[in-house]
Amino acid sequence: MATGNARQGTRRQVMVAAAAREIRDGEVVFVGMRLPLLGFALARALHAPNAVGLFENGVIRDSPPLAPIITMGDPPNIAGALACTTLVDVMGYLQRGRVDVGFLGGAEVDRYGNLNTTWVGDRGRRTRLPGSGGAADIAALARRTVVIMHHERRRFPERVGYLTSPGYGTGRGWREGVGLVRGGPARVISSLGVFGFDQASGEAVLERVHPGVTLEEIRAETGWPLRTAPDLRETPAPTREELDVIRRFDPDGMWTG
Amino acid sequence: MHKVMSLAEAVSRYVRDGMTIAMGTGLESCIPFAAGHEIIRQGRQDLALVGPISDILFDQLIGAGCVAKVIAAWVGNVGAGTAYNFRRAIEEGIPRRLAIEDHSNLTVALAVSAAAQGVPYLPTRTAFGTDLAREHPRLREVACPFTGARLLAVGALRPDLTILHVQRCDRHGNAHLWGNLGISPEAARAAETVLLTCEEVVEEDVITSDPNRTLVPGFLVSAVAAVPYGSHPSPTQGYVNRDDRFYDEYHGETRTREGFLDWLNRMVVRADGHAGYLRALGEARLAGLSPRAPRLAAPVSYGF
Repeated sequence: MATGNARQGTRRQVMVAAAAREIRDGEVVFVGMRLPLLGFALARALHAPNAVGLFENGVIRDSPPLAPIITMGDPPNIAGALACTTLVDVMGYLQRGRVDVGFLGGAEVDRYGNLNTTWVGDRGRRTRLPGSGGAADIAALARRTVVIMHHERRRFPERVGYLTSPGYGTGRGWREGVGLVRGGPARVISSLGVFGFDQASGEAVLERVHPGVTLEEIRAETGWPLRTAPDLRETPAPTREELDVIRRFDPDGMWTG
Repeated sequence: MHKVMSLAEAVSRYVRDGMTIAMGTGLESCIPFAAGHEIIRQGRQDLALVGPISDILFDQLIGAGCVAKVIAAWVGNVGAGTAYNFRRAIEEGIPRRLAIEDHSNLTVALAVSAAAQGVPYLPTRTAFGTDLAREHPRLREVACPFTGARLLAVGALRPDLTILHVQRCDRHGNAHLWGNLGISPEAARAAETVLLTCEEVVEEDVITSDPNRTLVPGFLVSAVAAVPYGSHPSPTQGYVNRDDRFYDEYHGETRTREGFLDWLNRMVVRADGHAGYLRALGEARLAGLSPRAPRLAAPVSYGF
């Protein structure tokens, strides 16, 4: 993953910048760890100074953690928070429809943006993964979600082996049909490109190809017949300003090096 | 009745084979690792563990053979990913078969909240369409009696015991908690009884000086054990930071069953209680986990 150069940024820095651009000013964001957390910090620092971040353990912040953290419960994420409350309180905001965008990751994402973080199979051997955590709730209840994934064929199957967190199921209309009241994935930001979702079918459509990546490469690493947007373009490389901020929040390159 | 006792006595009195126990309810912080280790030392069996996420505490209890069932949203190592004992138990039945009731964070939180409020279920709009909600013993689709809307009923889950690690409490178990709370308040209210470990036992007037911070009232609590560093390697805000390196080391050391048993014997079984565990970690390591400086809240006035 650590391709790229100091001027254009590493692949992960490209992903963080793309994640930040998904956050609009004033939005309430369900923040994940690692790249989404950096994306939130970047958005707050540049174009979304009024964004507010919720963490599923009960933390509400309008600023990045005071030092690098591994988990959302680490002391630098509590100190200086706007509020520390319960899981049911922050997930209540989600269920109430007050969360604009939630960030998710997973072991598998499929053609309709469904995520699996529970069971994966490889040549007949089933491997148990940690499970949903709050991901199923964010996928079900946020107004929209953004999925951040390492892009390789085994992680991009036509259909997830286990549906932990709902995308568009088997296509548009599925969410309403099963009883979900809103939401669905807006973007998948992978290590190779950025997908949007077709309004009519709910299918992932490639919209951006990261600098230095070819369309053939993405096709080879995607487990379904790839659809591309008519205006398919290169993902904008992070600006100098964006790179400066990312390096400020990830000085040792722990997440983006 | 005296509630203040040693951790060994508290576990001996209040933890029984076959119990359903909520632990790690704060999510990544204030996880009662010391209490979990004492449960392992005393050889409890057939436990059902409840928690949204447990970090590696559930993994340790599973590997030690104490656990028959896990009711949780996530079992792993938050820093490193996989929890190997959990995987070995689920995939291969080592050291024993493990049943799992999969949840999302919100569904397990609502199951415990329903019990906390004394109602048989609470409705939610989450988890529709997922495989985890399919044929689930505690999730059932219902129609709203007012609007007819589709809802998911989450059945109540009442732990026999909730174990919390808190910053401070008095000798009656009135506890001050701060930082992210996860489902700790609901888990305390839901359980038949509560066992507290704390960084400090304080005088009652410390607790009553700031009643808004009392999130567990003592009438719920049976036992209080003063266990500094009782959440190690997870953090307790204001007292001890997270030992990040520990999680990575544990990940490496427990990759094989033999590696885990070595770890378990060295750090838990042969350690002389929690004091022995802390000695094995070493003073320098513990000192490195202290907050660099206090960060005090502005005082509040309850004047009248």
